[in-house]
Amino acid sequence: MIQTDIIIIGAGPCGLFTVFEAGLLKLRCHLIDALPQAGGQCSEIYPKKPIYDIPAYPEVLAGDLIEKLMEQIAPFKPGFTLGERAEFIEKDAEGQFIVKTSHGTAHRAPVIAIAGGLGCFEPRKPPVEGLADFEGHGVEYIIKEPDIYKGKRVVISGGGDSALDWALYLANGVAEEVTLVHRRDSFRAHPDSVQKVLDLAAAGGMRLMTHAEVIGVNGGSDGALAELTIKHKKEGASQLEVDHWIPLFGLSPKLGPIGAWNLNISKNAVEVDTFDYQTNVPGIYAIGDINTYPGKLKLILCGFHEATLMVQSAFKRIHPDKSNVLKYTTVNGVNAF
Amino acid sequence: MADITVHVIDREGVQHDLEAPIDMGLNMMELCKASDLPVEGTCGGMALCASCHMYVESAHLEQMPEKSEDEEDMLDEAFFVEDNSRLGCQIKLADLHDGLVVRLAAVG
Ligand SMILES: Cc1cc2nc3c(=O)[nH]c(=O)nc-3n(C[C@H](O)[C@H](O)[C@H](O)COP(=O)(O)OP(=O)(O)OC[C@H]3O[C@@H](n4cnc5c(N)ncnc54)[C@H](O)[C@@H]3O)c2cc1C
Repeated sequence: MIQTDIIIIGAGPCGLFTVFEAGLLKLRCHLIDALPQAGGQCSEIYPKKPIYDIPAYPEVLAGDLIEKLMEQIAPFKPGFTLGERAEFIEKDAEGQFIVKTSHGTAHRAPVIAIAGGLGCFEPRKPPVEGLADFEGHGVEYIIKEPDIYKGKRVVISGGGDSALDWALYLANGVAEEVTLVHRRDSFRAHPDSVQKVLDLAAAGGMRLMTHAEVIGVNGGSDGALAELTIKHKKEGASQLEVDHWIPLFGLSPKLGPIGAWNLNISKNAVEVDTFDYQTNVPGIYAIGDINTYPGKLKLILCGFHEATLMVQSAFKRIHPDKSNVLKYTTVNGVNAF
Repeated sequence: MADITVHVIDREGVQHDLEAPIDMGLNMMELCKASDLPVEGTCGGMALCASCHMYVESAHLEQMPEKSEDEEDMLDEAFFVEDNSRLGCQIKLADLHDGLVVRLAAVG
């Protein structure tokens, strides 16, 4: 069990900055994020875009901002559980929170800070009727064990790097048959991978269906995926017998488990008191894009402010008998753990 | 400057007639959001997500500029993309859009 002072759910900019403000008060933090990397939206959606409204940075790339935040919090040695989704929250006999992830990792702390942004980044699922019935029975959105495709007939949908890279990987002696289905005949993937796919398709090592889209799924008698309906822009629809379909259409944020934690939610956001950004559950705070209150703005700057006030309240909760006096960082510097 | 009227057909097939100012630099994604229609607009309007995918159902389509490469690339992450598919954030509202009809695309 990972024990800490504050469990931070979400390692976006606001979750990261919480580590710094908590560290100044000698509180330790552990971050959980469903993504394999820190940075939330900044890393996942727009790492190469400049941000212009971070105080004292006339211009900073979102990816660089995250790098700087990681550098700033490093002295406080935060723990990370990455690539796992915070799934369940419960309270133990001593009144501490236990947070368990999708992978079963357990974390324990007296305070939780939810910095979940717009929610968990999850694979986009095609709005194809009946699709959910085949999840785990032939339809996968993430390739976890490439071995399961050995000797199978696989269809991959998408035109980005992951679609092309996996198509190439599986076509190289893993799957029996690989078909790549894409809506147009150009790809946004790395030019090198595109060339490899075109060459392999020309050589008969992979089937390439462009100007096409999977619009229907059908199961066999065992309940597993057996057939796809593919719509072609010019020639109508066709059926294709398959064992697996892997739709790779990128990630989008979904509120996810946060919605099931008995918190007051309004319009996909967690209601908080602006006094200390606490939710309706004492000891659980929410900061950054995930929270809502009158006048809320979903900006990084505002999330930083919320994190700062939030840890003051967390400190009082964790150390009810201690008083804390505000000290400028200029006075003592940053005292690492 | 007079407002224009645009028509948005939601995913239930209900048509919403919206008055839109054209002097505020609004795009269709923003107009839908401001009108409480179910359009996410996660990236804020930079053609960096596909959450404002819509179909242009009126003749205005012909007068619209060609899709940029960024817009085409992002549409790869949308579903049921047709020739009249656009990202709402790339439709900057102007005089010529008076009477525009769009239909919101299905989301995953
Ligand atoms: C294209 C774009 C441009 C932007 N430009 C600006 C700008 O110029 N200025 C500005 O101030 N803001 C801008 N923003 C908004 C800014 O990025 C957000 O306000 C900021 O990222 C919010 O930070 P956060 O830490 O609250 O959440 P996020 O960055 O959304 O991070 C939340 C993290 O929580 C994780 N998470 C959620 N639920 C769980 C769970 N149950 N278990 C595990 N992990 C979970 C998610 O995977 C995610 O990584 C922009 C946003 C976008 C998309």
